Amino acid sequence: MQHEQTGTIAEKPVSIIYRWLGDRIFLTLVVALGLSIILLAGAMAWVLTDESGMALKEFGVIGFLTGTTWDPGVQFRFGAFPFIAGTLITSVLALVLAFYPAIAVAIFIAEYAPRWLGHIIENLVHLIAAVPSVVIGIWGIFVFAPWMRDTFYFPIYEWAANHHPSLLPILGSPIGYGMATATIILALMIIPFTTALTRDAIRQVPKEQREAAWALGATKWEVIRMAVIPYSRGGIMAGAILSFGRAIGETMAVAMLIGNNNNLPFSVMGPAATMPSVIVNEFREAVGNLHLSSLMAIGLVLFVVSLIVNLVAAYVTRKLSITGGQSI
Amino acid sequence: MKTLRQRNIRDNLMVGLLYASTILVLTPLVIIIGYVIVNGISTISIDFFTQELGSPSRAMQGRPTGLVHTILGTLVVDSLALIMAAPLGLGAGIMLSEYPDHKLNPLLRVMNDTLNGMPAILKGLLAFALVVKPMGAFSGLAGGVALAFVMIPIIARATESALMTIPWSIREAGLAIGLPRWRVVLSTVMPAARTGLVTGFLIAFARAAGEAAPLMFTSFGNNYLPNRWSGMIFGPVDTLPQRLYSLAISPYKEWHAMGWAAGVVLLVFVLGLFFAGRMLTRQKFKV
Repeated sequence: MQHEQTGTIAEKPVSIIYRWLGDRIFLTLVVALGLSIILLAGAMAWVLTDESGMALKEFGVIGFLTGTTWDPGVQFRFGAFPFIAGTLITSVLALVLAFYPAIAVAIFIAEYAPRWLGHIIENLVHLIAAVPSVVIGIWGIFVFAPWMRDTFYFPIYEWAANHHPSLLPILGSPIGYGMATATIILALMIIPFTTALTRDAIRQVPKEQREAAWALGATKWEVIRMAVIPYSRGGIMAGAILSFGRAIGETMAVAMLIGNNNNLPFSVMGPAATMPSVIVNEFREAVGNLHLSSLMAIGLVLFVVSLIVNLVAAYVTRKLSITGGQSI
Repeated sequence: MKTLRQRNIRDNLMVGLLYASTILVLTPLVIIIGYVIVNGISTISIDFFTQELGSPSRAMQGRPTGLVHTILGTLVVDSLALIMAAPLGLGAGIMLSEYPDHKLNPLLRVMNDTLNGMPAILKGLLAFALVVKPMGAFSGLAGGVALAFVMIPIIARATESALMTIPWSIREAGLAIGLPRWRVVLSTVMPAARTGLVTGFLIAFARAAGEAAPLMFTSFGNNYLPNRWSGMIFGPVDTLPQRLYSLAISPYKEWHAMGWAAGVVLLVFVLGLFFAGRMLTRQKFKV
């Protein structure tokens, strides 16, 4: 093409080392660095599988996944089911709580807010998403959990005790640190994330799409309902799934607020545990090899769940997004 | 068919709902940040930056305690992580953007995204198995490796998108005057994209600096300043997020107060880095 022609005109003797060898070395180096990332992801899978071998051999894969006893002290029996249940329940509920508000904020920023305000809120949302989990955790421990206990859990518990004693085991002990508190904090923490991803999805909607709806005489909300949301639903769904992945892996704030109870059954307000929280709580103190290996096996389960969530999100972005009349 | 009146009422209703939920969502989040800052600043003193923590009794007897070893440890561990993560992330980013036809690229992209989506605690487990176990000791180095795992995918992604913003014509111009490919990348594309690259580093650094989970069983924590500088790298080291966690779950009132102070320092550190990163990108669009 054109630059080939100019290339032949401007040809000048250049050292072969500078040109040919330099390019070779650079490419090799870059590929080696890229390859090491691939290896790293592979290493994570391999290391977790390898380290959890002892526990999985002892209890069997199915036995480990469905085992409900976690007793590092006396019986040395380890089953992951309570933590899998805890993780899934808190994450699903957090996503349910966070989904609509997060989308509402994104729509507000994108469609309703004046430019300057939208800009401020958007930056604020990004900033909040960057707040470290432990900082939210310390607020949760000293402010939120006691407040929830005094304003909600105690009165509810008292009411139930007086009127419907049968509800008490479902509600659990109102100490403030437990599933409800952790779920609410988890929802608060993933809202900025979901909002940012939804905002990105809405940004992709072409102007013509909106203008077509306006031209049909739609009101502002109808434009959003008919043109904006359907077009960006792939991105919104993928964002929700990624937020779910975030919630699954969220460690510190949950570990600080969930109360750390390793035994089923979990209750609404009572303490529970999740996969990351049990790893963080027990890994430092684990002495027995079987205990360490079981914690690694929980890490492996967490890895597999996160992997599935990420792959589903990638699939959804590809499949569900409508590209309107345009190809690509 | 609904009347126009009904449709307008519905329209106004949705506006109200959107306003309400935006306020509902943003208020608690702003309250959290405000609370941490106000509460934390009131507990910060000069001792906080000059003394080490020591045993719990030290704080309970009212002797001066602080987190100087934690702040230094954070800087050491985070810098180690950045030094280790930068070449890998940059290399992968260059591979994705400058050699778009390379056969490994789709795999690299998937693996990088997967790594990015993995919970940080798993990166801690990986660093534990790869560094702590063979070395036989918790160390700042292991903490650095764990945080590097957090940074790498972010830097790779940011590098890729920063380099992609540079138009192909710039590269063609370089090739046309006879530059080899590697000089084109290093001398024209990367300098042109440097704000984007720096932003990527800052954001990755900020993300990693706030992570506590991977550090719990890699750099472990330490109540004292190591005797020699090498203790920062080869011995257990304190870091702000992990110390904040330990202080918050400790049973001592004095340590809780110090936890708030640690919280505000960490928050300002992380948000400052993050803000700097965002400001830089802002400028790029203006020019």
